[in-house]
Amino acid sequence: MRGLSQNWAVFRESRIGMLGLIVILLFGVFGALWPIMINTVWDPLIYHPVVGFDPMLLHPSPPTKAHLLGTDPIGRDILAQLMFSTGREFLLGVLSALITVVIGTVIGTVAAYYGGFTDTFFMRVADIMMLFPFIPLLVVVGSMVRLTFFPFAIILGVLGGFGGITIILKAQALSVKVRPYIDAARVAGGSSFHIIRAHIIPNVLPLSFLYMMFNVTGAILSEATLSFFGVLNIDMSWGMMIHTAEAAGYLFDFGKYWWLWLPSGLAITLFCAAFYMVGRGLDEVVNPRLRKR
Amino acid sequence: MALPATADAADAILRVEHLCKYYPVSRGLFQRRQLLLHAVDNVSFEVKRGEVLGLVGESGCGKTTTGRLIARLTFPTTGRIFVDNADVSKIQGADMAEFRKKIQMIFQDPYESLDPRMTIFDIVAEPLNVNGMGNLEEREQRVAEMLSLVGISPPSAFLFRFPHELSGGQRQRVAIARALVMNPTFVVADEPTSMLDVSIRTGIMKLLAQLREDLGISYLYITHDLAVARYLCDRIAVMYLGKIVEVAEAEEIIKEPLHPYTRALISAVPVPDPAVKRPVPTIKGGVSKPINPPRRCRFYERCPVAKSTCAEQDHPAPREVSGGHFAACHQL
Amino acid sequence: MDPLLKLDDFTMHYRTKAGWVQAVDGVTLSLARGQALGLVGESGCGKTSIAMSVMKLLPYNSKVVRGRILFEGRDIYSMTDGEVRKMRWKGVAMIFQAAMNSLNPVYRVGNQIVEAIVTHEPETSEEEAWARVRSLFELVGIPKERMYHYPHEYSGGMKQRAVIAMALACNPKMIIADEPTTALDVIVQDKILREMDQIRRKINMSMIYISHDVSVIAEVSDVVAVMYAGKLVELGQADDVFKRPRHPYTYALMRAYPSILGEKHELATIPGEPPNLLDPPSGCRFHPRCDRASAECSKADPMWREICPGHYCTCHNPVEIGGTWVGQVRSGKAADGGDQLGTSSNS
Ligand SMILES: Nc1ncnc2c1ncn2[C@@H]1O[C@H](COP(=O)(O)OP(=O)(O)OP(=O)(O)O)[C@@H](O)[C@H]1O
Ligand SMILES: Nc1ncnc2c1ncn2[C@@H]1O[C@H](COP(=O)(O)OP(=O)(O)OP(=O)(O)O)[C@@H](O)[C@H]1O
Ligand code: SF4
Ligand SMILES: [Mg+2]
Ligand SMILES: [Mg+2]
Repeated sequence: MRGLSQNWAVFRESRIGMLGLIVILLFGVFGALWPIMINTVWDPLIYHPVVGFDPMLLHPSPPTKAHLLGTDPIGRDILAQLMFSTGREFLLGVLSALITVVIGTVIGTVAAYYGGFTDTFFMRVADIMMLFPFIPLLVVVGSMVRLTFFPFAIILGVLGGFGGITIILKAQALSVKVRPYIDAARVAGGSSFHIIRAHIIPNVLPLSFLYMMFNVTGAILSEATLSFFGVLNIDMSWGMMIHTAEAAGYLFDFGKYWWLWLPSGLAITLFCAAFYMVGRGLDEVVNPRLRKR
Repeated sequence: MALPATADAADAILRVEHLCKYYPVSRGLFQRRQLLLHAVDNVSFEVKRGEVLGLVGESGCGKTTTGRLIARLTFPTTGRIFVDNADVSKIQGADMAEFRKKIQMIFQDPYESLDPRMTIFDIVAEPLNVNGMGNLEEREQRVAEMLSLVGISPPSAFLFRFPHELSGGQRQRVAIARALVMNPTFVVADEPTSMLDVSIRTGIMKLLAQLREDLGISYLYITHDLAVARYLCDRIAVMYLGKIVEVAEAEEIIKEPLHPYTRALISAVPVPDPAVKRPVPTIKGGVSKPINPPRRCRFYERCPVAKSTCAEQDHPAPREVSGGHFAACHQL
Repeated sequence: MDPLLKLDDFTMHYRTKAGWVQAVDGVTLSLARGQALGLVGESGCGKTSIAMSVMKLLPYNSKVVRGRILFEGRDIYSMTDGEVRKMRWKGVAMIFQAAMNSLNPVYRVGNQIVEAIVTHEPETSEEEAWARVRSLFELVGIPKERMYHYPHEYSGGMKQRAVIAMALACNPKMIIADEPTTALDVIVQDKILREMDQIRRKINMSMIYISHDVSVIAEVSDVVAVMYAGKLVELGQADDVFKRPRHPYTYALMRAYPSILGEKHELATIPGEPPNLLDPPSGCRFHPRCDRASAECSKADPMWREICPGHYCTCHNPVEIGGTWVGQVRSGKAADGGDQLGTSSNS
C-alpha cells in the first residue's frame, strides 16, 4: 500500500475520479455560498428557503433577474433552496455512509476473523437486509412517525451497515486474514482484538472508504425518494423541492414548469454521480490490478 | 520416526511426536470430492536446548507446515508437539502469552509477512507493543539496535519507511529483527536468508550463532541451502513429501549422505564456476504428489536405487545406521 | 545487430521522508538477442530497481533522473501506455521477486495464467491456453491437478514456480527473472534452470537473471554484471568475471561464497556496513569497505573502462590477474565432489 501522496498520484490519473472530485468541490463551494448570500445580498424575508416569500410576483414564477431559477408554488426562491439543501445533503450522505461503513467494517472483519456461528449469523442478517425492501418499509414507517433529519440519517446508515456491504468487506477481510503478516502478528503475541484492530481493519479500510463513496450515493437517493413520497419530516431538501412541486400538481405539466423540478433533479443526479465517480477513481487506487494490464 | 533416545528428556526444548497434518483439497474445478493432502506425515524429531536443527527438503515437502504447527498457527491432524515439555495444543490463557514470548517464527516470504500499512518501526516494535515492554523511547532504542544488528544501517534511514520501500533482502532482515526483538528461546526460521547475498548472510549467520551462545536460543532452521545448513546447524533433517528421510550431524550428512534423495540433493548444489558442468541429478524427473499418496516409500517413483521390494512394503521406518545417523530407506 | 535492450547512463532515484535514495546510478549496459545476463550484487544495491525500470513499473515515489532505456531501439520512457502494455508479457516478461504479489489471492492459479495468455494473445482459445498451462506446470514440476488450487494453498516454492510458468506463458522475447529460484530446493532449481535455458536457446530469448547467488549466475549466464550501491562495478563474459574478477568488490564477493565442497572453513564477510544510499560514500562507493582503497578512491569517482577486451570495471586499483579463489574450488570439486557422486553405495 502506498503513502498518501502516491495514492493521490494514482487517483489523479483517473479522469473519472478527478471529474467527480471537481463536481463535489463545486457543490461544496455552492453550499458554502448559502450563509454568505443570506447574510449579505439576500433579504431573509424573501429568500429564506422555507418561509421566504416574494410578494412582487405570481408563483410559481419562471426565472427572473431577482430569482435566477424562479420560485416554487408557494413563492420561495429555488436557487436559495438549492443552495441551502446542499449542505444538508452533504451532511446526510456523509453521516449515513459513515455509519454504514463503520458498522459494515466492524461486522465484516469480525465475521471473517472468527468465522463459524458469528459469521453465519451476520451473513444471514445481511442476506435479509439485502432482500428486504426497506425503502417501501420506510415509506410505511415514515407515514406513521414522520422521521426527522438526524434519526433518518442514522436509520439509513444502520440499515445499510448490516446489509450488502458487510458481505463485500467480509470477503476482503478474509483475503487479509490468510496473509502471513496476520500469522506474524499472532506469533508476536497479538490478541484477536489487536489483530483485528491493527492489521485487518487498516487493510480493509481502503475498500471501506471506497464503499463509503457509493453509500453516499445510496443515501442521497433514498432521501430523495422518501422525500418525494412526503414521508420525511425534513423542512427542505432536493427531494422535498420535487415533492413540493408534485404535491401542488405542477409535475403533470412538467415541460412548462421545468424550473420546479429540473434544478433539484439535476443536483441529485450530479451529486450522486460525482460520489460514484470518485468511488470509481478510488477503485483504481485500492485495486491496483486495474492499473497494471 | 523412532526417536533418538536422549539421556535426559528435559534436555529437549522441542519434541515432536508422530506429527501429521492433512489438508482437505478439492480435486478440480468441478469435482467436489475432497481429497487429503499429506503435508506432514508422521514426523518425529527433537531439538535440544541451544541446538540448531536444519530442516532441508524439496519444495512443497512440508517444511513450512511443520514450522507453523510448532508455532501453533495451525493444529495437527494427529500427533503432539512439546515445547519445554508442555503440550503445545493444550496451552491456554496466560501460558499462551508466555508461549508466544518464547517461540518466534521468521516467515518465508518477506513480501507477505510484513503488514504493508505499517512502518518498519511499527513492525519490529509490534512484539514489544503487544507485550507491553518498555516505553516508547526504550522501544525505539531496542528497535534501532536490532535493525543495525541485522545490517539495516543506518536504522534512522529505514525506521519510518514502509515495507514496499525496501528491497527483498532488506525486508527479510526486518523480519529477522522482529523475531529476535523479544529474545525468544526458540526460533522457527523459515528460509530467513534466501534473498541475502553471501556477505550479509554470513553476518546474519554469525549473529544467530552469537545469540545462541549468549542467550541459548535454539533454532529450527528451514532452508534449501545446504551450504548454509552446513555452517549453522548442528544436525540436519532431510524431508521428502511429508516424511523425514534422514537425520544426522551436519558434517556427516554432507560428507556421507545415505538416503538416495539426500545424495541427489547434495550433488545438485551449484558451484560458482561457469566452467564446471555438473552432471544431471541422478534422480528421475517427475513430480511428487502429496495428495492421497500410496503407502509405499514416498520416494519410490523417483528413486535411482529402488528395487521391487520397495514397492511392496510400506514407507520405510527410519533406522539408526550409525551413531545418531538415521535414515529411512529399504536399500540401506 | 541492434541490441534487444540497452540502458544508457540510466539513473533513477526514490523519494523517501529521509531524502533521495540513489538506487540506480549511471547504469550502462546492453543485451543482445538470445543472450543471458546475470546481475549480481549485495542486497539492496538496486537490482530489482533496474528490473522495474525496464518493465516501466516504477512506484510513484521514483524519478528517472537521467539516461534512457531502449527496448528494440525504442525509448520505453517515451512510449505510450498502450505500447508499454504490449511490450510487457509478449516483449518482456518478468518473474517478480515477490512471487505472491503477482498472483491474485482470490483466483485459482491456473485460471490466472490462462487469463494472462488470452489477454495477451487474443487469437489463442481457452482450450489451447489450458493445454499450454498444463505443459508449463509439468515444466516447473507442479502436479497438474493443482492448477485448480488457490495461491494460499501452495507452498512458497510452488508459488514461485507458478510465477515462472506465468512468465513463460506468452513466449516473450526477453525474461527478467528476479531471484527466480530463491524458494526452491537445489534439485528443482536445477531442473528449472536447465529447462529455462533450453527454452531460451530454442526460441532465442534473452534473459536477465537477478540473483544474490553467484553459483546460480555462474550456471546460467553468458555475461555477468556486478552491482554495488546503485552502480555497475564490473561487467564481462561470465568466464572472465568469475575466473578473473578485477573489481575488489567482486573479488570479495566470490571469496565469501560458502561451499559445501571441501573442508568447512571460517566464512569470510566483506567488512564494514552496507552503504547508505541516501548519502552514498564519495568517490568510489566501495571505498570504505575496500582493502585496496588508496587516497584518490575517496575523492574521485573511478571511470567505467574496458580493462581488457569485453571486460569492464570501475576501479582505481583493480585486482591483478593471478591466483584466484576459483582454482581452489575447482580442485575441491575434483577431489571430493566427484567422489561423492561416484561412491553412492553405502551401508
Ligand atoms: N492451507 C493449505 N491448504 C492446502 N494445502 C496446503 C496449505 N498449506 C500448504 N499446503 C500444501 O502442503 C504441502 C506442504 O507445504 P509447505 O508450505 O509446508 O511446503 P514447504 O516445504 O515449506 O515448501 P517450500 O520450500 O516450497 O516453501 C504443499 O503441497 C502445499 O501445497
Ligand atoms: N519504493 C521505494 N521507495 C524508496 N526506496 C526504495 C524503494 N524501493 C527500493 N528502495 C531502496 O532502493 C534500494 C535498492 O532496492 P532494490 O529493491 O532495487 O534492491 P535489490 O538489489 O533488488 O536488493 P535485494 O537483493 O535485497 O532484493 C534499497 O536500498 C531500497 O531500500
Ligand atoms: S576504486 Fe578504490 S575503493 Fe573502489 S574498489 Fe577500487 S580500489 Fe577499492
Ligand atoms: Mg515453505
Ligand atoms: Mg530485489
